[in-house]
Amino acid sequence: MTMMKKLLTSAIASAMMAGGAQAAISNDTVKIGYLADMSGTYRDLAGPNGQKALEMAIADFGGNVNGKKIEVVSADDRNSPDTSSSTVRRWVENENVDMVAGMVASSVSIAVSKILEENDRLGIISGSAASSITNEHCTPNHIHYVYDTYPLANGTASAVVKEGGKTWYMLTADYAFGHSLESDVKNVVEANGGEIIGAVRHPFPTQDFSSFILQAQASGADVIGLANAGADTTNAITTASEFGVTQSGQTLAALLLFLTDVHALGAQTAQGIQLTTGWYWDMNEETREWSDRFMKETGVRPTMVHAGIYSSATQYLNAVAATGSDDAQTVRKQMMDTPINDMFAKNGKIRVDGRMVHDMYLAEVKTPAESKNEWDLYKILRTIPADEAYRPLSESKCKLVNN
Amino acid sequence: MSMIFGVPLAVLFGQLLIGIINGAFYALLSLGLAVIFGLLKIINFAHGAMYMLGAMVTVLMFDALGVNYWVALFLAPLLVGTFGVLIEYFLLRRIAGQDHIYSLLLTFGVALIIQGVLINWFGVSGLRYTMPDMFKGGVNLGFMFMPYYRAWVIVAALLVCFGTWFVIEKTKLGSYLRAGTEDSELMQGFGINVPLLISLTYGFGVALAAFAGVLAAPIYSVTPVMGSSTLIVVFAVVVIGGMGSIGGAIITGILMGVIEGLTKTFYPPASSAVIFLVMVLVLMFRPSGLFGKEA
Repeated sequence: MTMMKKLLTSAIASAMMAGGAQAAISNDTVKIGYLADMSGTYRDLAGPNGQKALEMAIADFGGNVNGKKIEVVSADDRNSPDTSSSTVRRWVENENVDMVAGMVASSVSIAVSKILEENDRLGIISGSAASSITNEHCTPNHIHYVYDTYPLANGTASAVVKEGGKTWYMLTADYAFGHSLESDVKNVVEANGGEIIGAVRHPFPTQDFSSFILQAQASGADVIGLANAGADTTNAITTASEFGVTQSGQTLAALLLFLTDVHALGAQTAQGIQLTTGWYWDMNEETREWSDRFMKETGVRPTMVHAGIYSSATQYLNAVAATGSDDAQTVRKQMMDTPINDMFAKNGKIRVDGRMVHDMYLAEVKTPAESKNEWDLYKILRTIPADEAYRPLSESKCKLVNN
Repeated sequence: MSMIFGVPLAVLFGQLLIGIINGAFYALLSLGLAVIFGLLKIINFAHGAMYMLGAMVTVLMFDALGVNYWVALFLAPLLVGTFGVLIEYFLLRRIAGQDHIYSLLLTFGVALIIQGVLINWFGVSGLRYTMPDMFKGGVNLGFMFMPYYRAWVIVAALLVCFGTWFVIEKTKLGSYLRAGTEDSELMQGFGINVPLLISLTYGFGVALAAFAGVLAAPIYSVTPVMGSSTLIVVFAVVVIGGMGSIGGAIITGILMGVIEGLTKTFYPPASSAVIFLVMVLVLMFRPSGLFGKEA
């Protein structure tokens, strides 16, 4: 009897303790920090419109979750890991921020996730590309939601190699993201029987690519691979077309292109370029409907990052509502247990390394004749199933994965 | 094929030519800075923003009114130059005679405001500007493919640079300018409207930046942030050439374009730093600049 009593009391006590840790929203507020490039090269793909997307998700909840207020603070990361680190440190140490959303430059995300781990808060990264974020840099405190360099290489590079582009010359942005993308591309190209015959690492950002394009032309490679992003990529593509790269028989492979980049280039210049994307606004009724709503708010069509910010914030708030807690580990576990089915992803799943795996798409930029309006830019060539797109856990170097 | 340090000779020729083209841009931009500093002693941190405005105005005039490239080549510098005159008249004039730091901070502030407002309106992805038809394509020089437009950039930039140097150093108008800034009271006494001369000089320096902006519009992505990174390099060029030396700015601009181009070939990661390295060396061994007069 006493034995039974002891067991019961301890069971009740532990249940109460667990309940105490879980079923609480700290400071009676769910506070989300939105961190992104608000004024530099990566502004348009996330930036202020990403904050709008986040606010749209909060508006869906009526600004409250389980009767507790949802608050947003935001900051410009200036593409600087140092600036971002001090901002996030202030957020989590003094301002009770529970979750950090947005995050674009990979170097920023890697720096910020370390601070989130120290303070046990959650980060949901939507803008960054480096696959190392959930590989060697993984933490139990962040989720990488939209895409990464692994499927970019997997989708675009393997398609280009299969079409006969065997030898590659890489133009790589000289920082974490570029290096990560270059190494993922190298693996894919070599696995498909191709070869990287040269590479040049250019400073980030670079305005004039003529010198690098000339080197790439002189290399005689079949394909010039662009492992960069934003204005660097659009500048490189413009310069390549000026220097007659395609006329001389070389192919351009832009490994990371956002809708805003293609829009800036226009269908005339960008037509025929193949790219891999995690989402496109004009895929089905659901995506179009949300995009119309987004366009009403912002005047532009959303990038995959904008859609990812909305979707991930919704998933996050659902998890907070379900658990009644804003504790990082409780919410992350709930998010991992809940498959993602919304306008962004079907059967999306957050793995133990923090990688959200979902179907990716190989797209081609339409010709001016095919494009019906300024945002009608992609045709989807192929769906890359989630399992095939992302780095399998069996190859993971993440400390959270038992290999 | 003969090689130099593992780089084929043909590639090297190509890089030299590219360097001269980029150098032509640097020359044009640093020339404007040198004119403004040499004659007015203003450190014009708004120069990058004016270069950007030149490019933006070109694109916007084409989109809204269908103004073609050749007209823009005159109209954009004229508009931006007028804007410069207004800035001089309403702002810079009020701090004339103060320490250099005031004009530096004022122009820097103006640049940030212009850039911020335009980012809000147009974003940073870049506006589209189509290359004028007559410049499409290029010619194969054997060692490289030379787009016609880049050849035009060299010609246009050098013509404008030479013209400016000639006017300031060799004509009567130039001598008024130089005299007016040496001793403005004496020149006033001769019946010359020195304040007007100063406004126009600032406007002209700014117009040179805008001209470079028009030249850049068809080949670089036109964004509100395009000036800020260029500005720092151009300042380094002016320091290397010798603050205020007109001829020095032109020659140094081209020289630095070539040095940067060669660095991009032999060791690309250093290409964004090499000009500053040269600047450090020049400041150590010849503090008044390569072409500056010894203080």
